[in-house]
Parts: sequence; C-alpha cells; structure tokens
Amino acid sequence: MPDIKITPLGAGQDVGRSCILVSIGGKNIMLDCGMHMGYNDDRRFPDFSYITQNGRLTEFLDCVIISHFHLDHCGALPYMSEMVGYDGPIYMTHPTKAICPILLEDFRKITVDKKGETNFFTSQMIKDCMKKVVPLNLHQTVQVDEELEIKAYYAGHVLGAAMVQIKVGLESVVYTGDYNMTPDRHLGAAWIDKCRPDILISESTYATTIRDSKRCRERDFLKKVHETVERGGKVLIPVFALGRAQELCILLETFWERMNLKAPIYFSTGLTEKANHYYKLFITWTNQKIRKTFVQRNMFEFKHIKAFDRSYADNPGPMVVFATPGMLHAGQSLQIFKKWAGNEKNMVIMPGYCVQGTVGHKILNGQKKLEMEGRATLDVKLQVEYMSFSAHADAKGIMQLIRMAEPRNMLLVHGEAKKMEFLKDKIEQEFSISCYMPANGETTTIVTNPSVPVDISLNLLKREMALGGPLPDAKRPRTMHGTLIMKDNSLRLVSPEQALKELGLSEHQLRFTCRVQLHDPHSDTDTLGRIYTHLKSVLKSYSIQHVPDGTVIVESIVIKVTSSAEEPNLKVILLSWSYQDEELGSFLSTLLKKGLPS
Amino acid sequence: MAAHLKKRVYEEFSKVSQVTLEEVPAKKLRLTKPSKSAALHIDLCKATSPTDALQYLLHFARKPVEAESVEGVVRILLEHYYKESDNSVRLKIASLLGLLSKTQGFAPDCVVDDAINTLNNEKSHQVLAQLLDTLLIIGTQLPDKIAVIQRLIDVACKHLTSTYFGVRNKCLQLLGCLGTVDKPLSKETDAGPGAQTSPVRDVQSLISDYFQDQDPRVRTAAIKAMLQLHERGMKIQQTIYNQACKLSSDDYEQVRSAAVQMVWVLSQHYPESIVPIPSSNEEIRLVDDSFGKICHMVSDGSWVVRVQAAKLLGSMHQVSPHFLEQTLDKKLMSDLRRKRTAHERAKELYASGEFSSGRRWADDAPKEKVDTSGVNLIDSGACGAFVHGLEDEMYEVRIAAVEALCSLAQSSPSFAEKCLDFLVDMFNDEIEEVRLQSIHVLRQISTHITLREDQLDTVLAVLEDSSRDIREALHELLCYTNVSTKECIQLALVELLKNLSKYPTDRNSVWKCLKFLGSRHPTLVLPIVPELLSTHPYFDTPEPDMDDPAYIAVLVLVFNAAKSCPTMPALFSDHTFRHYAYLRDSLSHLVPHLRLPGRKQTASSGLEASGVGSGSLESAQNFLQDSLIRVSALQNLETPGAQDLLEFTIRDLQRLGELQTELAGSADFCATYLHCQLLLTKALQEKLWTMAVPLCLKQNAKVSTAARQILDETYKLEFLYSGLETQQIASIHNVRLQAKALLLILTARSKRGVDRVLGVCEKFLQDVESFQRLFMTELPHFQDSFVEKLLELMPRLTACKPLDLVKILQTTLRQSRFIHLKLPEQIHRASATIIEPTGESDNPLKFTTGLVVALDIDATLEHVQDPQTTVKVQVLYPDGQSHIIHPKPGDFRTPGPGRVRLITQVYLSHSAWTEACQIEVRLLLAYSSSSSKQSASKPAWNESMDGLPTSESCIEGTIHLSKPVKVFIMPKPARR
Repeated sequence: MPDIKITPLGAGQDVGRSCILVSIGGKNIMLDCGMHMGYNDDRRFPDFSYITQNGRLTEFLDCVIISHFHLDHCGALPYMSEMVGYDGPIYMTHPTKAICPILLEDFRKITVDKKGETNFFTSQMIKDCMKKVVPLNLHQTVQVDEELEIKAYYAGHVLGAAMVQIKVGLESVVYTGDYNMTPDRHLGAAWIDKCRPDILISESTYATTIRDSKRCRERDFLKKVHETVERGGKVLIPVFALGRAQELCILLETFWERMNLKAPIYFSTGLTEKANHYYKLFITWTNQKIRKTFVQRNMFEFKHIKAFDRSYADNPGPMVVFATPGMLHAGQSLQIFKKWAGNEKNMVIMPGYCVQGTVGHKILNGQKKLEMEGRATLDVKLQVEYMSFSAHADAKGIMQLIRMAEPRNMLLVHGEAKKMEFLKDKIEQEFSISCYMPANGETTTIVTNPSVPVDISLNLLKREMALGGPLPDAKRPRTMHGTLIMKDNSLRLVSPEQALKELGLSEHQLRFTCRVQLHDPHSDTDTLGRIYTHLKSVLKSYSIQHVPDGTVIVESIVIKVTSSAEEPNLKVILLSWSYQDEELGSFLSTLLKKGLPS
Repeated sequence: MAAHLKKRVYEEFSKVSQVTLEEVPAKKLRLTKPSKSAALHIDLCKATSPTDALQYLLHFARKPVEAESVEGVVRILLEHYYKESDNSVRLKIASLLGLLSKTQGFAPDCVVDDAINTLNNEKSHQVLAQLLDTLLIIGTQLPDKIAVIQRLIDVACKHLTSTYFGVRNKCLQLLGCLGTVDKPLSKETDAGPGAQTSPVRDVQSLISDYFQDQDPRVRTAAIKAMLQLHERGMKIQQTIYNQACKLSSDDYEQVRSAAVQMVWVLSQHYPESIVPIPSSNEEIRLVDDSFGKICHMVSDGSWVVRVQAAKLLGSMHQVSPHFLEQTLDKKLMSDLRRKRTAHERAKELYASGEFSSGRRWADDAPKEKVDTSGVNLIDSGACGAFVHGLEDEMYEVRIAAVEALCSLAQSSPSFAEKCLDFLVDMFNDEIEEVRLQSIHVLRQISTHITLREDQLDTVLAVLEDSSRDIREALHELLCYTNVSTKECIQLALVELLKNLSKYPTDRNSVWKCLKFLGSRHPTLVLPIVPELLSTHPYFDTPEPDMDDPAYIAVLVLVFNAAKSCPTMPALFSDHTFRHYAYLRDSLSHLVPHLRLPGRKQTASSGLEASGVGSGSLESAQNFLQDSLIRVSALQNLETPGAQDLLEFTIRDLQRLGELQTELAGSADFCATYLHCQLLLTKALQEKLWTMAVPLCLKQNAKVSTAARQILDETYKLEFLYSGLETQQIASIHNVRLQAKALLLILTARSKRGVDRVLGVCEKFLQDVESFQRLFMTELPHFQDSFVEKLLELMPRLTACKPLDLVKILQTTLRQSRFIHLKLPEQIHRASATIIEPTGESDNPLKFTTGLVVALDIDATLEHVQDPQTTVKVQVLYPDGQSHIIHPKPGDFRTPGPGRVRLITQVYLSHSAWTEACQIEVRLLLAYSSSSSKQSASKPAWNESMDGLPTSESCIEGTIHLSKPVKVFIMPKPARR
C-alpha cells in the first residue's frame, strides 16, 4: 500500500523551529525551515543530519516550501541552503520573498554583530539563498516536476502567509503554516476549498483557546488607549516589527481619524519603514476594506503615525508609542518602559505572547518591582494590560478549517503537547478521523488508498450506457465487462474485441456442454417439442427457436435430444452454451434436470 | 368637443387648410403585417450561409412584431427551422419563437404542437434546451390551459433523462414553473426503447430525484425548481428535508446557496414537525433543527452562501429562544440538542476555564481535565453563528448579520437584551456603512432594552466620530433609548456637550436629543437638577450666558424633564425662569409649556397663556372650525363688512398656525384659500367693469396682478399641502378657473386682435372640460359655483364666438357663489429649512473664475412627498442668473417619518467679479400639473391627440419651499 510519511524536525509538540519533512509518492518535501527563539546553540536550527549525515541535501529533497516570513518558519533557511547545502527550488509567496531577507539580515546582525557569534551565515549567503526562491501566487498550481505539484491558499496570519497543498498523483497533503480564521484590520481570513487531502498538517498554537469576539478586544484596546491619552498619560505598546504592529497601527490610525484625536502616535523606526513599504505594495494580500479603498487612500500611508525619535520619550503630554521588541526583553521598548514605568498615569499594553523570563512576562504576572542590571530595582506603577491580538486560529478556527478542507487524516504541529492532546481528542470525536501529533524526529506513516485512474474506451462506455438504465447513478458503483490492458505505464479498459485486435490474438470460443438424462416415454422429436413449449412458458422474454434439424436454440444455447439405444425411455438432453451465457446455461440445466411437466 | 370647436373656428376665421386627423393608425399595422413576415421569408431564403441567416434573424429580433402578424412570422420561422441544418440558426429560431410568444395579445396555443414536434426530431442538445425554454415561455403565457400544460410537463419528464445538463436544467425549470404537486403525473404513454415503466409519481418526487444528479448545475436547477414550486404556492412535502440538509454541504457553492433557501422554506412550512437527531434517539422541532443548519452555513467557505444564510436567519422567528440565544454564545458548546438537562452543568464547565478568552494573560493555563464527552466544538449548530457573522471578513455578510439580528431581536425582547453587546461592538466596525446600520438597528430595537451604564459608555464613545451621519444616527438612537440610572443621564449629557463643543454644527440635533432624553427620564433628571443648573442652597451663582449652546442644551434637558415632574420647578433659580420664558418663545419646538407656579404673567404671550392648557389643541381646532363657519355664513362677499370679516379671519388663522404647530397646515391652507377669495372679490369689485375700456388701463394692471397672484396661490394650495382630498382639490381648481376667466376677460378687453383671444378662449374651454373630467364625482358639491354655471352653459359656450364667451364669463363670474371649504382630517404644509449655509458668514467663498466651488447644503424637509424628484436647489446670482440643481437621490436621507434631510453639494461657478457679492440659495418644489393627484384617471384618448396643444396637463413650475439663504462668494480672475 502506498503511504505518506511525515517527520517533524521542529515544531513537533513544540512551538518554534518549524520544519517538517514529508515524503509522498516518492517525493521528499521540506515544509518550512525555521529557527527556535529559545536556544542559542545548535538546537536553534533543525537537525538536518536526520536527512543525511554528510553531504548536501539536494539529492534528498525535491523542494522546500516556506509558509511565511516569521523567523520560526524561515530562520534556518540560509543555514540549510548555503551551509548544509541545498540547491533545489525554494517556494514562497511574493510578499514572503520580499520581507524574508530583511528579517534574516536583521537576525544575522543581532547574532553576529551584537552577540559576536561566529560560524553563522553571512549576508552573501542570505542573498544566495534568496536566489533559489521561486515565488508562488495564490491559487496558482505550480508544477515542481512531472508529478509533484503545489498550490498556495490564503492563510491570513501575516502578510503573504500561505497554506500549501502538495499533490503527487492523487495523494495530497495540506500544510497550513500559521493561519488565522478571523479577519483582522488588515488581513482577511484563511480560506481553502474542499480539497479533501489525505492529511492536513495544522498548527495548534491555540488548541485550547476559544477567543472572545475580536471586536470586544478591539474596543477594549481602543478604549484603554483613549482613556489614558485623555488623562494625559503615555501608552507604550511593545510589538514585533511586522504583523501585529501593522494591524494595531491601522486600528489606532482609523480610530484617531474617526475621533479626531490629536495626541501623537509614534512608531519606532528601523525595520518598520521598510516593512510598511511592502505592506503598501502587496495590497492584494490584505483584507476587503483595504483592497477596496486603496485607490482613494492606501491605508498603510499613515497620517497620524510618525517615526519615533529617542528624545521624544521625554516629551510632556500624552502620546502612544509602538516600540520593538514585543516582549520587553531588550532594545527600545525596554528603554521607554524604564522611563515611563514610574508614573501611574501611563500604561503598557502587551499585545501578544511573552516568553518566560522576559520583563514582559514578569509584569504580566503582576510583579511590581523589577530587578534591573546593576542591582537597580524598578518600581512598576504604570498600568499593565494584556490584549491577545495573536493571529493564530483558535480551537474553533482549527475545527472550521478541518470542516472546510475535509481531510482524511489530521496531524497537529506547532503547539504544546498538552493542549494538542485535548484538541486531538476533539477532532477524533467530532470528525471521526484519525489525528496524529508526532514529536520531533518521530515519523508518522499514513497509509493511503489512492484510486487508480484508468482510461476507458468511449465505445465500451457507450455500449454499457446503452445496456443499462437511463443514467448512471453517480453514487452507486456498477460492474461492467471489459479488458484491462496494462501497457507502457498506462492502464486502459477496452472491449474484449478491441483488446484482441490490439494484442493480435485470435478469439477462442469456450463452450460448456452438459448432458441431462431424462425419463420420457415420448419420441425424440416429441420430447424436443415438449422441451420447447416448456421453455417457452418459463423464459418469456428470451428468444427461443425450434430449428427443423432437431435442435432448440435459446439465445446462443443449443439443446439437442438423443435417446440411448438400450433404454428408449431415457433421453439424453445435450446442452451447449458459450462462456458468455454461463448464467442462462446453468439455469437451463438445473431446470431440465427437474424434468418436464407432464 | 374641443376638436369640434376648433374645426368650427377654423372654418370661420382662418384660411389655413387643415390636415385631417382621420388617418387611423390601425390601418398602417395591417399593411405592415404581410410585408414583415414576407420580408423575413425572403431574407431567410436569400441567406446562403448559416451566418447570413443568423444575421437576418438577429436583425429581425431587434424590431417588435405586432400581435396580428406573429402567427405568420412563427409559421415562416418553423418552416425554415425544418429546413435548416445548422445548429446555431435553429437555436436562434427557437429562441425567437419564445420571444414571439411573449408578444402581448398573441395566444401561443397554436405554436405548442409545432414546438413539441420539433422537439421530438431535434438532435442537438443545445437546440433542445432552447426549445424547452421556448416551451417554458409558452407555458407561462397560458397558465390556465390545463391540457397544454399537462402536455408540456409530459415532454419535460421525457427529456429529463437527457445526457446533456442544459436539457435537464430546462426540464426541471419547466416542471418547477408549470408542475403541480397535488395531481400525480399521467403515466407516460409512449413506450420507447429506453423508457422504463415508471410508477406514477408526482412532480415533487420527480424533481427531488435530481437532487443527486452528478452535475452540480442540474442539482442547483432541481432545487430552484422546487423553490419555484413553493413560490407558486404549492405545498412542498417535508420528505425532502433530509435531502436538502445534505445538499447544504455540497461541494459547489451555487448548490449550497440554493439548498440553504430550500431548508429555510421547509422550516417555514413545517416549523412544528418533529425530526430525529441523528446518532441519538431524541427529537427536536424542525425549525430548530433547520435553524442550527443554517447557522452552520454562516461559517461556510463561500461568502455568497454566508450572506444568504445570515439573511435567512433573520426571518426565522419561530425558533426556540434557547437556540436563538446560542447564536450569540461562542463559548457555550455543550450539545444542547442531546443533553438539554445538562445545559447548566456544561456552562459551569466552561466557566471553570477549559477555554481561555484571550483577554487575560495566562488564563489558558491547563487546569484539571474536564469531562469532555458532552462538549462539542463544532456540531452544535447555532453556537456563535452571529458572533461569526459579525466578525466576517466581508462587510456584506456583516451587514446581513446585523439586519438579521435586528429582525430577530424585534420579536424577542430577551434576545434583544443579549444582542445589545454585540451591536454595540459593531459601532467599531471598519466600514462606516456597517457602523451606521448597527446604530440604526439598535434604535429599532431600543424599545426592548434599557442600557446599562457601561453599555451607554461604549455607545456614547461613538459621539466623537467625525462622520456626521454616524453622529446623527446616534442622536436619533439616544432619543429612543432608556437608561437605568441618573449617572447614565449625566454621562450622556457630558458626552453630548463634548460633542457639541467639538462639532458645533450638531447643535440642533443635540438639543433635540436632550429634549427626548429629558422627557423620557424625568425622575432620573430630578436628583441632578441642582448640579446641572449649578445652583447652590445658600449662594447665588452667576447667571450663565443665555447664548451658550451648552447651557441651552442643559436647559432643554431640564425643562423637558420638568414637564412631567411638577416638583422640579421649585429647584429653579430666578434666572432659570427668565430663561425659560425666553427659550419657550425662541425655541418653542424644544421647550414644552410648563405650569410654573405663580409665573403665568411672565409668559410672553397672553394668548398662549390663556389658550393653552390640556385641551389647547381641541380649543384651537374649535376656533378654526368656528372661524370657517363664520366665513361660510357669508353668502355674498360684496356685502359691506364681509370683506373685513374675511380679512380678520385670515389674520386669525395665520396667527393660529404660528401658535399651534399641529394645526399649522390646516390653518395656513384655509388662510391662503380665503385670501384667494378675497383677492377675487376685490378684483371683481373694481370699478373697471363699469368703465369704458380705454380708461381702465391702470385698473387693468391691478386686476391682472391680482389674478396672477391667485393663480400662483392655487398652485401652492394644490402642491404644497399633503393630505388633501379630491373635494379640496376641486375647489382649488374652481378658484383657478375663476382666475383664468378673469385673465381671459382682461385680455379680451385690452387686446384688439381676435386671433389671440381665440387661442385663449380655446384653452380656457379645455380647462373647463378637463375639470369636468377630473372632478365629475365632486360636482354635486359645487352648486351655484362658477364651474357649475359654466358647465351648464357649456353647449352654448362652445358654439358662441369669443366675444360672446367673454361676456358670458363676465356675468357668471360676478354671479357665482363663493365655495366654502371643508377641512380634511390632516393637512401638512411642505416646508424646508436650510440649516447650512447659515448665511451669517462674512468671509466670502473665494474661488478662481471658470472653476467650480462646492457649497455644502444641509436642509431639512418636512412633509414633502417624493422629495427625490420634486425638490431642487436654486442658486440666484446677483446678475439675475439662476441655476436650478437637481440633487442626487442619494443625498436625501430619511431620519424619521415625514422628515427628510437633504445633505448635498452645490457646485457654483461664475465669471469674475470685482467684489465679493451675495448669492441666494433656496430650495424649490417642482410640480407639474400632469403629476396632479387626479391624473391617474386620464382617459386614453387624450394620448392620441398629441398633435393638439395639450391642455393644462403640462403646466410645470416651481414653488419656493424655503427662505433664501445668502452666501458670500468671490470669484477671482484666474492668474495667468
């Protein structure tokens, strides 16, 4: 039986370092190639030695597909392609291709220039790596080679995020990457057609969460910001440069516009401007509203949001500042936080997940005194708010996607094991399909039962149609006679005659003959006549002929009567039928065995 | 009659030879008939190639064919059809047959046989489908010919087995449009080779067989046919419910979309029937089940289906309340249908934190494992349907969901309470349309709900919105809102004042809003009055500025609350009373009359103080009636004193209209009518009638102005007031005729030429005739009136010469009695006020000559019928140029019944001026007497007389609807 093998190298019962190997129909595909934020050693990248101990990966992989530009999905790409060695095609969508190198470069700078690591990929490597990228369009079927084809679907989450369908012959796999089923201020919702893949590999970051209505969250957020600003306080929103930041910017921008507010909004510079530029460009990847109104005004051309300068932090009066990074662990956001933490009028809003150990995590857990480097302590007086604006599908969203795609199997990655367990139970219970959640390095094998397509000759089909009822019932299988020819890697179903002709064989007739002994006092011809009338009465719809030369012919069955010399009353009836009329023939023989009615 | 007169007149006076009108148009038709079909025949015979033939046919199809010649054309077409071998030409012929059988007045029975015959011989699938379509058209033309329809249905049944989807589609469509459910189909008679002996079945089961067709288009057609049956009033059996439900998870969106409708139709037919729940042995009502199914479709993959589902949800009023409430609860995921008793338990499980809301940090930390057996993530149908719908990506879906919420909430107060939070959330939508819609919806359901403080808070936050529409919608909403505490009132007031200071143009709207807020919640306002008026028990506080809009706003709130709270005035300080008097006079529509202890004298108007009270309206009405009766007692207006009485009555009525807004329409109407009478009487009394003609030029001028004024007034009477009955209109027309007669006499007296008078005479007689035509039924009320006398003399009038006519008119005019007006129930005067521009600005609007400048106009219209077509904006430039601008229909908004708001932009342009100058902007009411209320009864022959100058039926004009507003503009010469 053919099967599909799936091995996560990263993101198996874990978040971060997404890298999943799929072998399907003899093809090997790598889905995402990310890094882990939590590690600084070798564990940071997926273990490519799983694929091969030494040498390049090119001959083991048919293609690499990157779902979106977050580093936990593409961070290891230059390492894999340039340092380990891979020359095959890398597929990603246009926005991902545009933004990915910026983030990789940033990541490289931080690791090499700031932390001073060596043996890391260089700028040149990033460039070389990007040269291997083949861009994808939404809903475009790309033929990787003769048999392997891939197709991208919209996934929401971040600009350019895609779900990918991988198809070899009739077997298919869908990998979701990260996706979001509820639209937000700048992106639409993920969508897939009823493609019924053999297996759906889905992220499960929020496997146990069902979020409140997005609008409540938005309203709360706006209200909090508005109140603080009206009070004259300052609002700090630590964000990562791309993704949520843009959503929140649009949210605040439109709110400011609607409400005619005057307080300044700043966005810490750097990556952001470049990124905003791409958001402006890839307008087709955004949501309905932005797509429809960009002719009048591109929503990403912010009127109220200005670039931030370090000196602004000390300005009096209210302001809103977006600053990186999102978990308050370093950089500008932490600096501003330190400045503003002492005033209870101010507020910090954490719009997303915070890793344990970061300042963000501490203050969210209610810590009021923070120890800073150099034994200084910081009193946290400002208000701390948490607003989940994470753009992952929640439990209901995941279920909704399953319902849309109708997969035969499910596989969960990119989530915590405990939460996955819960969702796995749910999926198995609701959809009665099997669900897997392999750990890193663990292989899941799914046996597929692909249907084998066969070409059928038109003549044969028409003949069958003519025989049967008015229309074939699509829902019911039907048997038909034909000859299956397997030749040159192709399967064809043709009529027997044609098969004989093609193969140059002559037709052999196969006839069954059978003798039935019968006690009958009449003469041979009389017996035959009686048989004829008997059959005539039993088989009404068949053509029965009494041929003068002493035979009865029912369709193609020949019936003769002879009487043995020694016992004139014992008649021997000779029945002969061809293979095709087997059914009728055996029926007749049993019928005649029972004797004739007197 | 007019024609008769005309002819006679022409004989007498003119030498112009008349073109006879006797040519009968019908003759022309008869001539064209053979030529048309013949031409077609020749064309088709000439055609050498199918393309040619197709061209001829296409050309032919562009022209209409008369009913009489249709049959001939059809014969020719059929003849060619049999000969034609090209599919496309046959297809076109088939479609032409269909088109032709739609011709008015043609009975397509005769085509049926031929069409069916051609059908039997046709091989091409496309042509077959087209022929079936033709049959469908024929069938719909002959709804009562049972035999024909039966034949058509048989044909459709026969072709249902076709292998081509188009043919099956058309057959299903035919069955849907023509089939009947009650009667089983007659057994097919022909036993063709493929025909199976099928049992006798009815149309419905036949159609439902095709629910499982392999082609999605056929499946869609089958469902649509079923829906068609339903639309034609057939009762659809419940048996297909399961099939319909299954189809709603079809792979194709059009199938799903149709299936959702089907499920809905069934749920409306059999709401109470019980269906089993699969995989359990319980049962629920069908309407609940289908509600769940449709809710499920709100998260469908295709937005078209989502819109459809969301819309349909709104009309399912019979659904059980607990299912309804589930739609708003995303977290409640126990399967209510299976474990109804466990409902509460399941809710607690969720409260215990299995799922996190995402609102608080780390609240999704795993806790103890709960029993998940009763927990269902997706299959519980209705769960959170609206939550999903309101969060949808496409605003079409969101709007549909909001509307559905509205209609469901209107029928269920408890649901209204629940959906409040969600609607309030929608105030934050990114699309303004959605925001606006949700505000409107909230207003519509606001009778059911009382806003809590926190809810009010979020509602009020929208007051700062920069969109005017949103703010006004919100004011409108606040007018109807109930709030629960005095803090709410305070909060609302504060926010409204903030709104007022931020957007001063909202002044009127804010005041109005506070008026309702006050009158709705007197008891809540009472405790905060001292605070609002900033009075102090011991100290005198400074008197607030009377012109401050914010202060006025507060006063409006307080005074309206005080109306039903007699203890409140005790809390007022002295200046408050003074301000009351002032406001009562200046803003009487916002400030109600208050019974102030010992303060009656301060009220500004004596009449008001005496005339008002609980029965003020009645007494005013009585007064109105009395004055009318008094006037009607006058038989002859020429008696001394009569005119004085009339004048006084007019004055009284005008004053009454000012005081009693409810009666303003009626009073004004009467006053204007009486004024017309007065003018007429005066004109007739002028000495000129006894004077010699050459001496009376001056008087002539005076009388003719009076006559013209009367004419104008009558148009105003007719078109400016709504609620008039035929009798009043007839009276108005009577007066108008009198005025016209007056004018005619004047013309006859001043002009020497007979020709001119002749034209005027003729026109006048036409007017009289049309009066007779229009108001035949009202004539009994017009005894001794001018019109009646005229009509009596009519035979003589038509026969006599113009000069005689003038003489007759003169006497009749003087003898005729004055017609008394009977007041209809309710008369409203159309009125308009331009709110913006205010005309107070001293800064000229500067723009470059030759370019345009946009002037924002904001006006309210009251009691204007059909404002989209009648209201125009007039711009009058100082040089006398006047432009009339038609506002777009989209510029009119209807905030309330009888009220229309016009917010539009007027583009101005002019050549250069040396100095800033004022232009006048005003609103006009355009009328045309052809759109008069009576014109519906216009006889048909009138149309055939196009050649004649049409009678008064095309008088068009405009009436000033509002006071003009002056705007300073300054076109500057362009700089080179």
